[in-house]
Amino acid sequence: MKIALFATCIVDAMYPRTARATVTILERLGHQVVFPAGQACCGQMHVNSGYFKEALPVVANHVKAFDTDDYDVAVAPSGSCVASVRHQHEMVARRCGDAALEARAAVVGAKTYELSQLLTDVLGITDAAKQLGSHFPHKVTYHPSCHGMRLLRLGDRQLNLLKSVGGIEMVALPEAEQCCGFGGTFSMKNADVSAAMNADKAANICGTGAELCSGGDASCLLHIGGGLSRQGSKVGTLHFAEILASTFENPAAITGDVQLAGSKR
Amino acid sequence: MSNTFLGMPSLPVFGHGNLNATEPFPQAAHRELANTQLRANLGHATHTIRDKRLKVVAELPDWEDLRDSGSAIKDATMAKLPELLEQFEVNFTARGGTIHWARDAQEANEIVTGLIRATGETEVVKVKSMATQEIGLNEYLQDQGITALETDLAELIVQLDHDKPSHILVPAIHKNRSQIREIFLREMADVDPALSDDPARLAEAARKHLRRKFLTAKVAVSGANFGLADTGTLTVVESEGNGRMCLTLPETLITVMGIEKLLPSWTDLEVFMQLLPRSSTGERMNPYTSLWTGVTPGDGPQNVHLVMLDNGRTAALADEMGRTALNCIRCSACMNVCPVYERTGGHAYGSTYPGPIGAILSPLMTGITSEDNNSLPYASSLCGACYDACPVKINIPEILVHLRGEDVDSKRAKLKVPSQMDLMMKGAQWVFSDGAHLNLLEKGLPVGRLLAGRAKVIKKLPGMAAGWTQSRDIPAPPGKSFRQWWAKEHQDTAAVVPGNTTTEGEKA
Repeated sequence: MKIALFATCIVDAMYPRTARATVTILERLGHQVVFPAGQACCGQMHVNSGYFKEALPVVANHVKAFDTDDYDVAVAPSGSCVASVRHQHEMVARRCGDAALEARAAVVGAKTYELSQLLTDVLGITDAAKQLGSHFPHKVTYHPSCHGMRLLRLGDRQLNLLKSVGGIEMVALPEAEQCCGFGGTFSMKNADVSAAMNADKAANICGTGAELCSGGDASCLLHIGGGLSRQGSKVGTLHFAEILASTFENPAAITGDVQLAGSKR
Repeated sequence: MSNTFLGMPSLPVFGHGNLNATEPFPQAAHRELANTQLRANLGHATHTIRDKRLKVVAELPDWEDLRDSGSAIKDATMAKLPELLEQFEVNFTARGGTIHWARDAQEANEIVTGLIRATGETEVVKVKSMATQEIGLNEYLQDQGITALETDLAELIVQLDHDKPSHILVPAIHKNRSQIREIFLREMADVDPALSDDPARLAEAARKHLRRKFLTAKVAVSGANFGLADTGTLTVVESEGNGRMCLTLPETLITVMGIEKLLPSWTDLEVFMQLLPRSSTGERMNPYTSLWTGVTPGDGPQNVHLVMLDNGRTAALADEMGRTALNCIRCSACMNVCPVYERTGGHAYGSTYPGPIGAILSPLMTGITSEDNNSLPYASSLCGACYDACPVKINIPEILVHLRGEDVDSKRAKLKVPSQMDLMMKGAQWVFSDGAHLNLLEKGLPVGRLLAGRAKVIKKLPGMAAGWTQSRDIPAPPGKSFRQWWAKEHQDTAAVVPGNTTTEGEKA
């Protein structure tokens, strides 16, 4: 299968490791990965902040980059960005009166998958250790990000993939379904409430005794990790793609570059 | 008034009364967050109701179908609201009731005052009602020399404490039992001075205090949960039985109901009486449901009035993207699951309607430019827990985003210096509307690395971004972006694979 990678702006700029891990997993399964170079961002920061007019060229750029027959399905290592592509792009185009863009956005949205969706629903991965050779001998807890959970209805797809990784010890996160408080510009506009939510999330994570908190959205992990780091916690955060890409021979470096917390230690 | 009819009043007619944030939400939230007692009370209370709701909802295999039905019935109601209102009026009037139409809070308060004055009474008992909170009826009546006594236990606590409700179902959710004991000892003239903070003793004290009033009151004021168009029936759904007392014992009953509370048919209650108790109190069925249709000679109030309240509801109805907010049945499930409400409490929202539904309903009813209501749609991380909990499936996150758009657009119209947020969004528009632009910016990643220093962490940023770094670090960025890595990895193959999508932007 020819799979187009939508890296997402935050992963592209801040967590290239996550995108590289995504490529590694898909290539390990024998698929060809392409990277439509015109891509930039899904535009949800603009949309969710009420800047629909400014969102339009961002959405148009994404649709232009991905509206080709050059690939079979597109994938992004983010529930939130895929939710934006699938649920917001048509709405933005409609609101701005661009019917042609609306129709093309629908086509792109329909063939864009979140990574665990693609792995589970399309590629039939049920056992990461067996089918991907995933090996990660660490104690890990998992935060299900809101948009993956409630907009894409990912259910336990990410968690089940993680549970099937060789050597991993998964520990349940209390109040896992509670938002971490990121919310894009919410974290700046309502910084106090956001910080209060993040503090509770951090306390729950630390209470599990896990070395790492995994998840499927780099933005939420940046937020959680940033809070943990500020508190001086040694608990880090790591995208589930990097855990799936980790093998016995090539283990993921959990103290490498651009760790979200614990990197200094 | 002129004899010539000059046409319809200018539209939309926005709502007034207690529908406004009194200060920007972030400012109010900052203050409320510092109240640790409030945080503890709210955390305990919301989690308890949340768990109860989940348990009783899980018992129903057709819960999602019920939500779909509730949503569809309400959508259908809104689509033909004018006709249904007329049908309701015909049926209600035919059974001996009298209908009054109030365009806004002021008109409604004047009508209710007039009706009470006509009875010659100066004291009325009240059933818990959001509509009368919204129009500030108690305060208005007080100015007119009429005392309105709240008979719902939590409303009574709030009233005795000269406070404001902070939740639409449990108005005193921000108070714990020891605080309630103190309020009773201080404000209830006939209370036992040895009162303990045992909930049963507190309820008993309130019961004794209220009983005398129920037996002597000649006038009651209520709200209504539903108005049934095909029969002209009004409904009050409650737990304590105080409502039943007020609705049956006095001679005069005055009900204030928002025009959106209609359901087309009596049989629609089948759906809503399953949805409402489970969503609000987490009970399979509430203890008291009172239904009355006009006047029954010799039984119950013989003087039955209904004030139909607009107060911005038609303005909300006119908003194509926001109108489903009117489908709300005031169950409060959205606030019980909201992580923002849980931490700030209801007072931070200013309006009678707090939490996620209030953050959309208040600005929809008053207009987005009214006072500080434009800060309310931002009081959400858009986590979506409210949408999942809503028994009539109001897509609250989508309407929040819509209203943020309305806010941004309303400010565009005014000539002013762009805000930091405006500038950030403009800049981000350029960066994110072309892969080559983003690539250019990403070439600066090493600068960020340099800023982060040896600790590899950024601890302080200026301006708006300081909101982030007040409680969170930012890790040092990587040496190069993914796309730079990809371009380097694929520079050889790019040239030989025809139509390879990696070549397009890299040349730019």
